[in-house]
Amino acid sequence: MSGQASRALAFVRRADIWLPKVVVAPSFAASLFFVYGFIAWTVYISFTRSGILPRYEWAGFVQYVRLWNTPRWYVALENLLIFGGLFMVGCLVIGIFLAILLDQRIRAEGALRTIYLYPMALSFIVTGTAWKWILNPTLGLERVMIDLGFTNFQFDWLVNREMAIYTVVIAGVWQSSGYVMALFLAGLRSVDDEIVKAAAMDGAGPFRTYVGIILPMLRPVFLSAIIVLAHLAIKSFDLVIALTAGGPGIATDLPATFMYAYAFQRSELGLAAASAVMMLVTIMAVVVPYLYSELRASRK
Amino acid sequence: MSARQIHGIVRATSPLNTFLRLLLFAILGLFALYYLMPLFVMIATALKPLEEIRTGTLISLPQEPTLEPALRAWDSACVGVRCEGLKPYVWNSMAMVIPAVIISTFLGAINGYALTKWRFRGSDLIFGLMLFGAFIPFQVVLLPMARTLGILGMAGTVPGLVLVHTIYGLAFTTLFFRNFFVGVSDGIVQAAKIDGAGFFGIFFRLMLPMAPPAIVVTVIWQFTQIWNDFLFGVAFTVGDSNPVTVALNNLVASSTGVKEYNVDMAAAIIAAVPTLIVYVFAGKYFIRGLAAGAVKG
Amino acid sequence: MGKVRLDNVWKRFGSNEVIKGIDMEIEDGEFVVLVGPSGCGKSTLLNLVSGLETLSDGDVHIGERKVNDIAPKDRDIAMVFQSYALYPTKTVEENITFGMVTRRVPKEERQKALKEVTDLLHIEMLLDRKPGQLSGGQRQRVAMGRALVRDPEVFLFDEPLSNLDAKLRVEMRTEIKKLHQRLGKTIIYVTHDQVEAMSLATRIAVMDAGTIRQIAPPEEIYERPVDLFVASFIGSPAMALVKGKVVQSDGLKLDVTDEEGTVLFPIPRELTATAKSFLGRELILGLRPESIVKEGEQRGGRQTFAFERRIDVVEPTGPDTLIIFTLGGVEAIARVHPEDKAPVDSMYRFEVDMERAKLFDPETGKRLSASS
Repeated sequence: MSGQASRALAFVRRADIWLPKVVVAPSFAASLFFVYGFIAWTVYISFTRSGILPRYEWAGFVQYVRLWNTPRWYVALENLLIFGGLFMVGCLVIGIFLAILLDQRIRAEGALRTIYLYPMALSFIVTGTAWKWILNPTLGLERVMIDLGFTNFQFDWLVNREMAIYTVVIAGVWQSSGYVMALFLAGLRSVDDEIVKAAAMDGAGPFRTYVGIILPMLRPVFLSAIIVLAHLAIKSFDLVIALTAGGPGIATDLPATFMYAYAFQRSELGLAAASAVMMLVTIMAVVVPYLYSELRASRK
Repeated sequence: MSARQIHGIVRATSPLNTFLRLLLFAILGLFALYYLMPLFVMIATALKPLEEIRTGTLISLPQEPTLEPALRAWDSACVGVRCEGLKPYVWNSMAMVIPAVIISTFLGAINGYALTKWRFRGSDLIFGLMLFGAFIPFQVVLLPMARTLGILGMAGTVPGLVLVHTIYGLAFTTLFFRNFFVGVSDGIVQAAKIDGAGFFGIFFRLMLPMAPPAIVVTVIWQFTQIWNDFLFGVAFTVGDSNPVTVALNNLVASSTGVKEYNVDMAAAIIAAVPTLIVYVFAGKYFIRGLAAGAVKG
Repeated sequence: MGKVRLDNVWKRFGSNEVIKGIDMEIEDGEFVVLVGPSGCGKSTLLNLVSGLETLSDGDVHIGERKVNDIAPKDRDIAMVFQSYALYPTKTVEENITFGMVTRRVPKEERQKALKEVTDLLHIEMLLDRKPGQLSGGQRQRVAMGRALVRDPEVFLFDEPLSNLDAKLRVEMRTEIKKLHQRLGKTIIYVTHDQVEAMSLATRIAVMDAGTIRQIAPPEEIYERPVDLFVASFIGSPAMALVKGKVVQSDGLKLDVTDEEGTVLFPIPRELTATAKSFLGRELILGLRPESIVKEGEQRGGRQTFAFERRIDVVEPTGPDTLIIFTLGGVEAIARVHPEDKAPVDSMYRFEVDMERAKLFDPETGKRLSASS
């Protein structure tokens, strides 16, 4: 009998050696195929002359040469720099500022936090639709200001080639700054109370306490906030589509909308693939060093 | 002594401090208005007849509130050539989001469990490789995915979107559950093994019943992400199979006839309501998901 | 002047009363230790003195000044925290001088003060390091340095040694005592460790549930605890508290009866007058381990009394051996010489010095004294 029991146990143990691998295998295979395989395919296509249909003859860097000779790509890159830079700075400044204000033992903290963060639950399409209406050149904010007595007020950024990209920044910051607030508020709350007390003992006022002592302690929060925001900026697609559809003309094109236009509207697979690869490279340049340092830190 | 039993450090009570305190509340209040303003504008506009929109301003309250724009947005506004409102597309989104959330959450749970409680050679590497999928810009997989869906005969269908969202959600769901199960004591698994429980027995009878916090966070995260997705929807579906975000964009962007801003806003609210409900009722878990998501972006 | 006075100090968090009307007067140069179980309010009381917590009621004076509404930095105090609370992004030197920088002390003066403190604490080689690169003991020194450099009238310590390992804790304890003797400044020190309290304090305040049970020099707290709480909290191993009935049998006796039989402890002579009124009622007999030894080993005891009990457990500690037995249904401990030990389960003749035994009224918890 005991022999039977031990045999049953042995069976369970043997099954348990391969079961975990079998269970993980489908997901891992999917990841290999749909992530790595697809990236490889896209990278390969970017080295061909594919147009409407993929072609598989190796053509070297021809698409990259074309890409970097396309004026629209430079528009997209310039916009990414403007949008990405202002979006990140805007979200960080507002987010940190609000987090510090909310850290002052405010009675209505819970309600305020909920209000500041709810845009994060919305689709960028909804955000874009709402702000498109608010920024409407005649019926929107402009009319509100005229109604208030500023009769010369003019606000046409949405249809102004020079200024349209800033409307994307406004809507983007509105949507994502609450997220940065939540990250930093959690960070502030994780700081040992006694540090704050020690600073009070040392006579540091609120400004010096935050800027001199607490914020420098939140370096990891800065890092992850910057990574998340950079990631959001580089991937930004829906917001632009809903707010300006890349326009007026191509004035608010970003790499993501550029890639989409060339892939699905102009049927330039090769060029679209090349631009997608450029996006991937950019994100990896931001994320890989971060992940590497995170993993090293967690291993310590 | 709990850390938050603190009332406050004694500060000299001066008029300046009182003023600063008031200023603090004023600033916080102004920011609350800033965040709420678009929501208010959306709701107010959606309740106004077109006539009032032409005569009033964004921030004026509706004089004769009407549900007519909302009803039009729901079942008779034109999206492209089809004039049935957003209703069919809301069902598309539901049909997409429910299976995709369930499948990806379940797979994430069992992956997270297998990768933490049954470590094998290479399990960390496998996790690292899978996690990478959370960081890629999806533009880099759009073209091959479109071709693959075509080959599978799923191009332009809701099941195709379920497949896409399940696959690209796996990196997140696995991450959430891995992080949760890492915190569960290995001793529990060891004890269960000695009691003769096997891989699935431990998972279904011990681990899943412990995991509701992780399940809630994951389900909410996946629901919000998939419901709000636009890129996959616009790239892989056409017309009738569009999810609601794509339909909303088409509705708003359509340039035929008079621009009905009130219907646009009502449609935007319809598209936003499911995720807003989740946020209002499970905000705590939503924030937890965001914090966990911060690791990956 | 480093005098500290608390008048009817209250602290409430909502409806939760954490400090319930404490009065206390601390003289210049005293070393007062607040001790008590966790949650008794000792840290809160310290925070009320430091100004890191606002008063709900009452007054706090430091020196001649009422400081109720004065910010911590202006109270002429310095504090050492349990977690050390060093600023992790600043070097040791910046940590120590930060307070002087915020107070705009001139650079030469800062350097001079820094030098004095680093010499005193032997931390000059750590000045360029960050707290993360220091050991626990080094962090502790830096935290003390940050407090010392302020040169205040009153030092406040909040469980400063509880994060150190046992050996380092004893070393730092001695060092803190030396510092006090050398500087002569007032110290208020919070700990839950009664050994630390005994060895450091000039006066100990034993706290419980937001009140001070007793404030007195360590010897008095130990020998003349006011009540059962103080008696059982101070002393390690703890005092055995045995219930007995006061009977008249060839003098006034305390009858302790259990499964092993009856022991009639003679009531200490100076307490007989007080105990008489308890005749026929219960009293609690408090016996410290060192007052129970092997029969015949009592030195200088004038009221010795012997009884027999079975040994439950024997625990050698090195200098002494603890013999644990059951008396009146509770565990009692005898501290005997190592050579006086005996096997477990054997019968053993114990001897107590009744002069050092304490008697408590079980209803009020108060210790009986000759006068009451």
